[in-house]
Amino acid sequence: MSDNDLNVKAGLRESATFDAATMTEIRRAAETGIYDIRGFGAKRKVPHFDDLLFLGASMSRYPLEGYREKCNTQVTLGTRFAKKPIVIETPVTIAGMSFGALSANAKEALGRGASACGTSTTTGDGGMTPEERGQSTKLVYQYLPSRYGMNPDDLRKADAIEVVLGQGAKPGGGGMLLGQKITDRVAQMRTLPKGVDQRSACRHPDWTGPDDLAIKIQELREITDWQVPIYIKVGATRTYYDVKLAVKAGADVVVVDGMQGGTAATQEVFIEHVGIPTLAAIPQAVQALQEMGMHRKVQLIVSGGIRNGADVAKAMALGADAVAIGTAALVALGCNHPKWDAEFKKIGSAAGYYDDYHEGKDPAGISTQDPDLMKRLDPEEGGRRLANYLRVLTMEAQTLARACGKNDLRNLEPEDLVALNVEAAAMARVPLAGTTWVPGQGGY
Amino acid sequence: MKTLDLTTTSLREINQALHQQSSEATEREWLITGAKGDHNIACGLDAAISVDIKGHAGYYCAGMNKSAHVVVHGNAGQGVAENMMSGTVRVKGQASQSAGATAHGGLLVIEGDAGARCGISLKGAEIVVGGNVGHMSCFMAQAGALVVCGDAGDALGDSLYETKIFVKGSVASLGADCIEKEMTQENLDYLTDLLNRAGVDEDPKSFKRYGSARSLYNFKVDNVSAY
Repeated sequence: MSDNDLNVKAGLRESATFDAATMTEIRRAAETGIYDIRGFGAKRKVPHFDDLLFLGASMSRYPLEGYREKCNTQVTLGTRFAKKPIVIETPVTIAGMSFGALSANAKEALGRGASACGTSTTTGDGGMTPEERGQSTKLVYQYLPSRYGMNPDDLRKADAIEVVLGQGAKPGGGGMLLGQKITDRVAQMRTLPKGVDQRSACRHPDWTGPDDLAIKIQELREITDWQVPIYIKVGATRTYYDVKLAVKAGADVVVVDGMQGGTAATQEVFIEHVGIPTLAAIPQAVQALQEMGMHRKVQLIVSGGIRNGADVAKAMALGADAVAIGTAALVALGCNHPKWDAEFKKIGSAAGYYDDYHEGKDPAGISTQDPDLMKRLDPEEGGRRLANYLRVLTMEAQTLARACGKNDLRNLEPEDLVALNVEAAAMARVPLAGTTWVPGQGGY
Repeated sequence: MKTLDLTTTSLREINQALHQQSSEATEREWLITGAKGDHNIACGLDAAISVDIKGHAGYYCAGMNKSAHVVVHGNAGQGVAENMMSGTVRVKGQASQSAGATAHGGLLVIEGDAGARCGISLKGAEIVVGGNVGHMSCFMAQAGALVVCGDAGDALGDSLYETKIFVKGSVASLGADCIEKEMTQENLDYLTDLLNRAGVDEDPKSFKRYGSARSLYNFKVDNVSAY
């Protein structure tokens, strides 16, 4: 019996407002005078895909045979302006994560896994590494405010460019790679001295606002001779307006990252208190695209808390063209694996709870630049694990789509969904299960 | 010399013709006429060619330049020579804000004034401004140099890393962690050479040098008032 269980049995009552985690944080703040910085994404419970259910086919709908009839998973991204759109075989892509935040082996493993499944991976703040380019058949190059490592040669090597305005874990915030993770190689790629905290700006240095962004996108297109798609990534906040402005600015693809999206290092208060859940963002984005007549013409990628094929299918049923995974991909590689529990405990954490990615001490060898720790992740084995996981996500999503009678994941629709509670029904704009009630619609 | 007229030839065609010089150099000297604030002129060049632009350029002229020598015979809009890697860009008139932003290499010369955030996040390029620069110039600048022959606006060098800043005139105010530093003989020699390369006739001894105090390089709670 745990200490907590014993306390409950003894009649001791924990405060819901000042629970153990809250008190620990107050004591930590009082002792250090510094806010808590951590990685991972929001840990608070918010309305999510688990609050939605599919309405499988029965008398009124005709299902497809699960093991015999085709269900297409291929998606083409960047059909609006690019001469060479990206074709991905599964609608699950790998989100942007930097070399620096992650080890070179981890980046290579992500590339191997994604390539094995015919999908894309994405660079992060810090530039493009040869390992990553070499192992990624489809590589999206992020264009970030810091412009660390940004150069036109890599820009032209990319299969797509993602202009990052923000991310779900910290919309409106920049980043910080603490000095302890700055090796010679990371420092050289970012043009900064070794051991210095590397701040990533929250705003781009040479444009402000959507009108400027339209010109910036034209510049990127001119430099790459209009070959590759240009994505715009936003953290989910005022999603309806942001998506409209992104389309107006000329995006081929819009990426919306909900508040459950991960980060390598941000203030805890930022991760938990800024942004909106992924579930709430998708209908706003789709509405914006539909009102502009651009749904399916400008593709929508959704990220933030995607864990299984049901999440993939639900995101697509709400109108996304594809999803991106970050945290889940790292878990597939071995992040927070129980086999390292004893070592997690040595650094004050535990397997399944570790989120101090910024400290560079990851026992799993993923969010670190320590040469000895890095060796713990075999990029080939990591790539194999990620590929397995991506295949499972794809098959699970197909299973649900066929049950709904759909021969293409993108044929899933909101009508296939109901919500388990009022909050999810209101956010996802689907009926509460067993009713025709969509909160906020029909005048009530 | 090959002449292309922006009033009769599209920007796309002009940039494509310039880009083709990286794989097959057919013409070393290019003249672009009819510029009336058009954006993204001569961006993404990757060849040792000479491009003269007659008229005013809009945003991101010569953006991400490599190897080319670009001259704007007029004013330049926001982000001229942004993220330049090498080569030279010269603006005969004034430049708007964020000139030379994040530039990694090469030389940017602005004969007139430059607006706000000149050299923001500079990563190794050299910028010489004949006139004044606006506020927040060299914000978070990492490497390279900025020379200002006139005055500098508020918050010069805020959150500076390793960029060297030389100013001849007044500085309205220094940004967080930016301080005046001793002008050593080595600095004077460097500045003399840079002014010569920029073709600017100024006495190096009349400049003051500014750089990072390096007190904000690692986060410390004691510095919280600076953030």
